Amino acid sequence: MIITQKKPIEEVMAMVGEAKTVAIVGCGSCATACQTGGEPQIAELTAVLEQAGKKVVATTVADYCCMNLGVKAKMKPINAANPDCVICMSCGDGVQCVAKNAGNAPVYPSNDTMYLGEAVRFGVWEEACRFCGQCVLGQTGAICPITQCAKSLVNGPCGGQKNGKCEVNPENDCAWIKIYERLQATNQLDKLMQTREDKGYEKVAYPRTISLRGKK
Amino acid sequence: MSVLKEVLEAGKFGVTAEMAPPKGYDFAEQMEAAEVLRGKVHAVNVTDMQSACLKATGLGLCIKLKQAGIEPILQMTGRDRNRMALMGDALAAAGFGIDTMLALTGDHPVVGDCKNTKPVYDLDSVGILKMLSKMEETGCDCGGNEIVGGAPKFYKGAAVTPLYDPMFLQVNKLRQKVENGAMYVQTQGIFDLDVLKRFIEMVDKAGIKVHIMAGIIPLKGAGGAKYMNENVPGIAVPQDMIDKLSAAAAEGKEKGIKGLPAKLGMEMAAEMIAKIKDEKLCDGVHVMAIGAEKNVPTILEMAGITV
Repeated sequence: MIITQKKPIEEVMAMVGEAKTVAIVGCGSCATACQTGGEPQIAELTAVLEQAGKKVVATTVADYCCMNLGVKAKMKPINAANPDCVICMSCGDGVQCVAKNAGNAPVYPSNDTMYLGEAVRFGVWEEACRFCGQCVLGQTGAICPITQCAKSLVNGPCGGQKNGKCEVNPENDCAWIKIYERLQATNQLDKLMQTREDKGYEKVAYPRTISLRGKK
Repeated sequence: MSVLKEVLEAGKFGVTAEMAPPKGYDFAEQMEAAEVLRGKVHAVNVTDMQSACLKATGLGLCIKLKQAGIEPILQMTGRDRNRMALMGDALAAAGFGIDTMLALTGDHPVVGDCKNTKPVYDLDSVGILKMLSKMEETGCDCGGNEIVGGAPKFYKGAAVTPLYDPMFLQVNKLRQKVENGAMYVQTQGIFDLDVLKRFIEMVDKAGIKVHIMAGIIPLKGAGGAKYMNENVPGIAVPQDMIDKLSAAAAEGKEKGIKGLPAKLGMEMAAEMIAKIKDEKLCDGVHVMAIGAEKNVPTILEMAGITV
């Protein structure tokens, strides 16, 4: 899931600026789960905008703000209301997708997009994958060193851990100690002895497009 | 040919010191320290923004040292430079006759003094060694393109922490460093010879062949020792050493003599160096005086070491 956090309301209001009429687009998937872009958050933002003298002329919740065709359909009534601006309450991908379908109205994000996360329990998300493009989990006990090591080290730990905690954020366990313990528990310590190919970064030159149709 | 390589391969006791470039562009203090070290050590490590604190780049001081006839060891971390920048620095260093280097992963910017810096870590210590070894082997750069006039050769080293839990990970990483071209390693500061002995046993047991230089940090006082114990990974100053330093401070206060704990710290360092050499525990020592480089010749003299 894409984890988002609300921007400070002052930042959102500064983007809205002098606009008098505002439309709001929420997202029914990740942002709803993160409580940053569901119906309750749309109501909350509407109240703040109206208190500031703005008129909220239309609201909608797209099932997924990151799916162009669905967003296109949801934006019809929004565009028909002809707002001075649109606030999109999704991740950064959703904001861009909504903007492509918002005619000439400027689109502003209400959230900061944080990371791809795992919901470890209700309301708690941990970063788990950084989309590196060449998954190494098969060699690392299904614990991602690219994400869980603050230096994304691929050949083992640095010397910076203290009592098993990371030098960068002492609240975090050293990823490589976790990898070691997991590989030990699964009787796969030999995987740490294997020569690793240099990961390289050619594959992560962004922006990337993957198409099952053989073209963009 | 690398002076350190000649020394270690001839089976002589290697002695290196360490120096940081200035936080500024006046190298006078470093060059003064270098003069004091001249003829007393085989080579001097130049740190690469140690503790992620901004300094003039190490290559600059390495060139200055080389031109003054002091052998520099270029420390290279993966924190601030990607593989192209590292290789470019290696070529530039070679152009000035610098032929000895030491690869490190590097402390993260958030523990340093320019916290907004974007960390690089394109390559870690193993990756840097591997890249340079491949360069030497193939005569090509990190993209596989031919290096005009052939690739320079470096005597490559790495660092290791003898106190680490789980030790398997540290030994395994050392194995990778050596497999990828490290010919010598300098250890984190050692304060207990048993720790060094246990570490060397583990390295031998793992079948790793590499020249080991024991890291020596002359203590300056009980406070500093306690601070390192609490904050520097892999450092464990025994309590009896801390007690002796405290006692020296109390004695100094009583008699009105300054610098007794630092003097004792130098004696302790010298004693440790002498034991390491006399008992042939490892191939040399690396003295990290952390700003007190001028004390290094005295410590070596007390230990009976000449190079």
